[in-house]
Order: sequence, then C-alpha cells, then structure tokens
Amino acid sequence: MWEYSETVKEHFFNPRNVGEIEDPDGVGEVGSLACGDALKLMLKVDDQETITEVKFQTFGCGSAIAAASALTEMIKGKSIAQAEEITNKDIAEYLGGLPEQKMHCSVMGREALEAAIEHYRVGPTGSRTLEGKVVCTCFGVTEEEIRRVIRENNLKTVEQVTNYCKAGGGCGGCHSDIEELLAERTGETTEPEPPKATATSAPRKPLTNIQKIQLVQKTLDEQVRPALQADGGDLELIDVDGDRVIIAFRGMCAQCQVSEYTLAEVVQAKLRIFVSEDIIVEEQKT
Amino acid sequence: MSKNVIYLDNNATTRVAEEVIAEMLPYLTTYYGNASSMHSFGGDLRHKIDQARQSVAQLLNCEPEEIVFTSGGTESDNTAIRGAAALHLDKRHIITSRVEHPAVRAACRELQREGYRLTELGVDSLGRLNLDELERSIGENTALVSIMHANNESGVIFPIERIARICHTRGVLFHTDAVQAAGKVPIDLSDVPIDMLSLSGHKLHAPKGIGALYIRRGTAVAPFLVGGHQEFGKRAGTENVPGIIGLGKACELAREHVQENSRRVKALRDKLEEGLLKDCLDARVNGDRQSRLPNTTNISFDYVEGEAILLLLDRLGICASSGSACTSGSLEPSHVLRAMGVPFTSVRGSIRFSLSRYNTEEEINTVIREMPGIIRRLRDISMFKPGKDATTTAPVERQPSFSKPRP
Repeated sequence: MWEYSETVKEHFFNPRNVGEIEDPDGVGEVGSLACGDALKLMLKVDDQETITEVKFQTFGCGSAIAAASALTEMIKGKSIAQAEEITNKDIAEYLGGLPEQKMHCSVMGREALEAAIEHYRVGPTGSRTLEGKVVCTCFGVTEEEIRRVIRENNLKTVEQVTNYCKAGGGCGGCHSDIEELLAERTGETTEPEPPKATATSAPRKPLTNIQKIQLVQKTLDEQVRPALQADGGDLELIDVDGDRVIIAFRGMCAQCQVSEYTLAEVVQAKLRIFVSEDIIVEEQKT
Repeated sequence: MSKNVIYLDNNATTRVAEEVIAEMLPYLTTYYGNASSMHSFGGDLRHKIDQARQSVAQLLNCEPEEIVFTSGGTESDNTAIRGAAALHLDKRHIITSRVEHPAVRAACRELQREGYRLTELGVDSLGRLNLDELERSIGENTALVSIMHANNESGVIFPIERIARICHTRGVLFHTDAVQAAGKVPIDLSDVPIDMLSLSGHKLHAPKGIGALYIRRGTAVAPFLVGGHQEFGKRAGTENVPGIIGLGKACELAREHVQENSRRVKALRDKLEEGLLKDCLDARVNGDRQSRLPNTTNISFDYVEGEAILLLLDRLGICASSGSACTSGSLEPSHVLRAMGVPFTSVRGSIRFSLSRYNTEEEINTVIREMPGIIRRLRDISMFKPGKDATTTAPVERQPSFSKPRP
C-alpha cells in the first residue's frame, strides 16, 4: 500500500473543483485511458488575467486525483503569470510529498496547466508544435520533457525519470536514450553514434508502383506493426499515391494522443529508411 | 488497522484458522526442540512432522514420502523448475504459460537467460489455454512443462488433468503451481500423472512461511537448498516445526471444507458477482466463468482506475486487490489481463474479490450496497464516461491539437 500523506488522502477523498466549465477560456488535456491516467483542466480567466474559476476531470489513481485537486486550489485566484511559475515540485510539496513512483502525477498536473495556459493564449484554433523528438514511444514522452523533469527535479537515474514522467516504463527500449539525457546534465555527454548503414536500407533505384506498395507493406509489417500491436494498437495501409502513403490507425492507436508522433517519428521515419527518402505519411481522416 | 474488516483478498493471503494456531502453539512455547536431535525432547517431534506430512498427502491423495516441506509457494516453484532442469541437462526447452505467477515466470525466464528455449503459451480472451498449441510446442528437447492449476488473478482453472496426460504421453516432466487451487478444489494425484505440484500454507489458512512441494516418486529433482539431510535430502535446513504442524492441520481442515468451498463460498461469490454486475453499469467479469475457482471473481469497472476504487473500499474496511498498474508501482497493468487482451477501457479498473469460508452473507451484502456509489463517484470525477468512449476500434474524434502527447 502506498504511504500517502494526509493532504493527498484529504484531496483524494474530498476533491476540490471537480467538473466542467461551460465556456472555458483555457483547456488543457493530457494523458489517455490507454496510458492509465488523464487530466482535463479548465480555466476561466478575467480581463486582468486572473484565474477566476478552475475545474478538473481526472481518470486515474488516488494520487492523480489528489494532484489535480491540489493544483486547482493552488492556481485559483492567481494571475496567469503566477500560475505559469508552478512546477511539478510545487504541486508535490503542496500535497505534503508524493511516493517517488507517483511523482508523474505531479508532472501531469503541471503539463495540463501549461497546456491550458497555452490554449488560453493561442485560442482553440492555434496549434502547438512539440519540441524535440519522442524518446519513449510507449508513453509518448519527448526529449524536451525528459530534459525538463531531469532539470527541475535534479534526477539522477533512469528509474527516477520513469517515476517522474513515465518515460522508459513500458518496453524499456529507450533506457539508453534516457541515460544519454541524464549524462548531458552531468556534463558527460556521449557522442551519439552515427546511424549504421544496414543491408536492408533503402534501395535507391526507382521502384515501380507495385514494388513500392509491396515494400511499404513489408516495412510496415516488419518494422512498425509489431511494436504497435504489443501495445494493443495497429495500423492499416490504405493507399500509396506516388510518395504519399496513407494509413489508418486501429485499436488503441486510434484513440492515442501520441499517434501523430507515431506517424511522424516512427512510421514515416521507417518508410524513409526502407523505401524512399521522399515518403510522406498521412493519416486517413474520417 | 481496524479489526472490523471485510476481507475479500484471500488469494493474496488468508486468516490463520484458530484450530491451526491451537495446534501450533505448544511447538512455539513448550516443545521448541530440533527434530534432528538425539534427545527425545527434540527427536520426538519427528513423529509430529510425519503426521503433518500425512495430512498434506491426504489432501492431495499421494504418499507422504512424496511431500517435501518448503518455505512456501515461491520456493516450491523455484525448486521444481530449477531442480528439474538441473537434472535433465540434455533437454533445453521449457514450456509455460503467459499468465503464471511471477515465481514460475521469473524462474523460467532465468533459465532462458542461461540458454534455455522458453515457450510461453498464450491464453484466449476468457483466459483459457489452447491444448493443441501445447501439444504442438512439445518437442524432443522439451525438459519441463510448468502450467498453473488455477490463476491467482482471474481464478480460471486450467484442465490440469488433460495437460498432465499430454505431458505424460509425450514423456515430458509436468509441474503445476497449485498454490491457488489447493484446498479450494479437489486434487487427486493418484489419478492424475502430475510430476510436481506446489502449494503454499498461507493461502489455505496456515501461516506464512510454510509450503510444500509434491515430487512424484521416482522423479529426479536437484535440491534447491543444500546443507542438511532434512526432507529426504531434498530440502536442507532445520524443519519449521510449528509451520509444518500448522500446514498439516490446515490441510486437514481444507479437506473437510472443500465441499463447503464449492457450495457455500461459491454461492456467496456468485451473489457478489451478480449483484455488482447488476448495480454497477459497464462492469464485466474477466475470465472463464465455466471453469473458475469457487472463491474468485475478477471484475472490470470500465472508465475508472483500480487503485482509486481500492482506496475508497479500504476506507470502508473492505479489502480487495486490483490488476491496475498503479497499485504495484509498475506503469503496466497486470500481465494476466494483458495476456487475455482485456480492452484498455477495462484493464485499469479491474478488481479481484477472493472469498474464504470465513466470509458471511452480510459482508457480501455490504459490498454490493457500497460498490455502486464508489464507481459512480469516480466516474463523476473522470472525463471518460460509458458510451462516450465505448469503442476501441472505431475512429474517435481527434484530441485537440494543443493537448500534449503525454500519458
């Protein structure tokens, strides 16, 4: 059983500000059902940039609910500028500490807050570009996010990074990447190895359409789908039109928020290696 | 910790029966001797150990000499797997299932790291094995098949008799982890060609720290612990006399109560299950309801998270457990439910209730009464609602583009 502080228990058993704001000025949504927890934070902001109302909805464990509830109390009545200063550490401290393995709940709070503020600033039509490449494809955590939890929480080990942002908590394939990010921090940056040329890398002679479709299918079957299937997801090749490859996500991937990144970082990257450098992957919109 | 608990976590551990404590007590206080001593103060204990061995043998319908006392289920499993492998070095292939207890899984995977080939048989959505797949997997090089009798999480009972006969016919050693089955369902080793079987004391109302491994006469198993002649040279170490006596008594009681288990306890379990399915919307049973332990039900409450359910139950003194990741500190949910392909809308909200003969109808009524409110409360907090996100394959509306791609 987790040793939760009295404050965590209090906020879990009596969560504050649960619900939805009808016409919010800022909404931040992070996480998903598939990943085990999710938080939707809604803000009402007045002309002086003061947060006048906050509501949240959480799917998750006790500490995820408590962290969200605590966050709403922390930012209510604060200015946007003040709210922006809040770190995951502040949330954890407000709660009287969280078990190490549950620190990711505080990080989820901070991320939802950031997303909500961003939404408030750019409006619902603005889009957000994500910095850095995705390191952990199981939980969709980017390089920048890992650097940030390392920096803000002074993390030293891969296990800690997993506890704080889930990166490395699935298949474990990214542990060496996380170690490199940790090493950066201590100044022992290791030179990334140059990509190895393999026997299977892209044939550079022109392909016929049939050859291209077959090669795309083969690459998806061998290089992409097994990893997605391991997480209950899948994808289907819909069409190949010149260099445009159209696919559709299935299963868990269909609902996964990181599927956009899977598309760019995994599917497109693999097809560019194995088929052609000019491949552009698109998701079939329904 | 309150004494007034409603304890529905008997697959984790059980209350020690009063009769067991009474039987053990003199051997913790007055008769503290070492059974290997030459003096009668210690040496006379040998007789008590033999009696206990007899009781365990009677529960399983085997010979007393085929029972080796161990420290529990984990040691029994480790001994069986490693001990059998050590004496069959010419064969380097092991077959197990994907839903085994970690005591078996880890032992098998350790052998895999040492160069063994390992086959982990999958299960279907009801948690059932495909015996044709087992047949196909057995080869010339197969040293051991280790498949559990009943699953600790889902309660699903595997057709252990048929598995044993398949292995016997093919001349392959068969071990079964019967930690959850022993005492809950009848086991007759005189009739079924099982070579090794593990059981644990604390799952059948004996204390923690005592268990047994059945090793069929003539089966070669290398000892796991060396340094003494105890247990026919198969397990060194001064005997845990009070524990052994306690296990003997617990097996005797289990034999008396095994019918009650399949009737009264099963009726309570069924009542609980039906009550919860009826009163909590979007709840589903995980596992094959046709072939299950009489005391176990594993129910998924969609769109809520298991740890949160357990915390709210705990406040009412109700003890259960969950296959949710959050309860273990791992980020991945239970390997058993994942192997069964439980949909991701359900896997995080799975709760296992496991009963014992000490549970009452009143307790079950309390849980049926309290649970719908707990589930409703958590669904009210959650942004995911039944119906809204009910499908796993159909395209869903895209997340807003400003949301960050983190779990």
